Amino acid sequence: MDATDERILSVIEKNSRINTKELAVMLGTEEIDVLNKLQRMEDDGVICGYHTMIDWDKTGVDKVTALIEVHVTPQRGQGFDKIAERIYKYPEVESVYLISGGCDLLVTLAGRTFKEVATFVTSKLSTLDTVTGTQTSYVLKKYKDHGTILEKPEEDKREMITP
Amino acid sequence: MNTSDNSQAMAPRTEDSLSDKTVSLKPSGIRKFFDIVSEMKDAISLGVGEPDFETPWHIRDEGIFSLEKGRTFYTSNSGLKELRVAIADYMKRSQGVDYDPIHEILITVGGSEAIDLMFRAMINAGDEVLIPQPSYVSYEPCAILADAKPVIINLKAENKFRLTPEELESACTEKSKILVLPFPNNPTGSIMTKEDLEALVPIIIKHNLYVLSDEIYGELTYTGKHVSIASLPGMRERTILVNGFSKAYAMTGWRLGYACGSAAIVRQMTKIHQYAIMCAPTTSQYAAVEALNNGDADVEMMRESYNERRRFVLNMLKEMGLPCFEPEGAFYVFPCIAEFGMSAEDFATKLLKEKKVAIVPGTAFGDCGEGYLRISYAYSIDNLRKALERLKDFVEELRKNK
Repeated sequence: MDATDERILSVIEKNSRINTKELAVMLGTEEIDVLNKLQRMEDDGVICGYHTMIDWDKTGVDKVTALIEVHVTPQRGQGFDKIAERIYKYPEVESVYLISGGCDLLVTLAGRTFKEVATFVTSKLSTLDTVTGTQTSYVLKKYKDHGTILEKPEEDKREMITP
Repeated sequence: MNTSDNSQAMAPRTEDSLSDKTVSLKPSGIRKFFDIVSEMKDAISLGVGEPDFETPWHIRDEGIFSLEKGRTFYTSNSGLKELRVAIADYMKRSQGVDYDPIHEILITVGGSEAIDLMFRAMINAGDEVLIPQPSYVSYEPCAILADAKPVIINLKAENKFRLTPEELESACTEKSKILVLPFPNNPTGSIMTKEDLEALVPIIIKHNLYVLSDEIYGELTYTGKHVSIASLPGMRERTILVNGFSKAYAMTGWRLGYACGSAAIVRQMTKIHQYAIMCAPTTSQYAAVEALNNGDADVEMMRESYNERRRFVLNMLKEMGLPCFEPEGAFYVFPCIAEFGMSAEDFATKLLKEKKVAIVPGTAFGDCGEGYLRISYAYSIDNLRKALERLKDFVEELRKNK
C-alpha cells in the first residue's frame, strides 16, 4: 500500500460517494489508477463496505441503539472467536469488538424499541453457553458517529472576505 | 441665551483635524467588496485570505495551558527567548540561514506588524519602495505611511507573475531603497524559484537595495520547496525575512509573526515595537513554541489538503475554459476573465448579484490585477464545487449572450 492508497482511503472513509474522476484530479493521478486501486483494495478486503450515515432521530422511524458489555468464559482452543461469531451472526447486532478492560466483548445492537433490545439481550444473548454476564446501556443521543458530527452542521466562522 | 447656537459654533469640524496623509490613503479595494457581500445573506464566498483549518489542538492546548499557568504578563519586547531560539532553529533547518536569536529576531503582532516596522525603521522621506503587484494590500499603504514613495512593478501573466531582472532593473532609480518580495504570492499564487531569485541578486546589490521578503506562505508550496532569498550569497545582511504562524499553522487570529535580519535593522524595528506595541501576545507566543516544536505533521497534512483542492479548482477552471496559469504556492488561483470585456469589479459584482458567489476582483491587489479574479481554495471540496458550478453557469451564459 502506498501513500496514494492511504490518501484514497482517508477520503472515501469520510465520503464514499466521491466521484472517482474528482478524486483522481485531487490526487494528481489518472482516474483509471484510482479505479484499479479501489478494486484491488476491495478484493484484498481492505475496503469491506460502503455505508451511509443516517441520523434516524430525524426520521419518524423508531430505532434504539444499545451498547452491551458481555462477559464470557473463553473456550479452550477457540478463545473468543466462536462466541463472537455466534453473536455477530444476528442481523440486529451492528458491531462486536473484543476489548481490553472490564468486559470481554462490546456489542452494539439496534432494535425498534427499548423492550425489543432488552428482549434480545435476555433471550438470545445472555442465554448463550459461554456468556457469564451482560450490562446494557442505551444510547440516548448520538453526537458524533464514525467521524461525522450529527448535531449541527459545521459553520464557517470566518469573515466572508479577507485580504 | 440660546445654547444650541453656541454649541453649533463650538462644534469641532472633525474632518479638518485628521492626518492628511492617512485621509488620502486609498481605502482597501477588498473592503469595498466586503461591504457589498455582507449585504447578501446567502452568498457563497471564495474570498477568504485565511486557512479553513482551525489551529491544531496541541497548539491550542499549549496556549490554554499557558493561561492556566498564569502566563498573563508581558514577555520581553523582542519576544519569548524560547520562541526566538525555536525560530532560529527552524530557519537553520528549513533554509540553512543562521540568525542570532538574541539580536536578529523580533516577534511581532503578525507578519503585518513586521512589514510596517521594517518600513518605519528604514525609510527616510522620499525613499522609494519597489512593490511588485498584484500583491497583498498592505505594502503600498504602509510604505506611504512611512513617507516612502511606492514604485509599482506590474508583473505579467506570461512570466507566471514572477519578478524578472529586467522589470526590477527598469524600476530602479537612485532613490530606490527597498524591494518588497512577496512570494509565495497573495493573490496570484506564484512563487520564485532559486534560479529566479539568483537572477535578481546582482541587481539588488548593484542598486544597494534592501529586501523585505514576505514569506508568510513559505510552507505552502506544491511543486518544490520554498527558497528564501536570505539564503543566497550576499543577501542575508540586506534582507528582512518576514514570516509568521498565520498560514502554515492556521493561527491567523493569534496575531503572531516574526522578522529576521541583521542586528542593526532589527534593533531599530525593536525600538519602535517597544514603544508602540510593547510585546506580541504572550499566549500566542507560548502556543507558537509548541507549533514549531511539534507542528510539522500538521503542516504537512494541511499542505497536502490544499494541494488536492488546488488541483481540483484548476481542473474546474480548465473545464470552463477560463485561462489560468498554474499557481505553485499559497492558496489562491488567479484566472483571467478578460475575454468578457468587462472590468474585474463589474464581473465580480454581476456574478455576486446573479449567482450569489463572492470572488474578489484582481484589482483589489493592484491596477494590473484588472481582468483577473482571486479565487481562494481554502474551502471544502463541496463548497468549491458548488461555487465553481455557479461560476461555470455564469461564464456560459455570458458567452451565449455575446
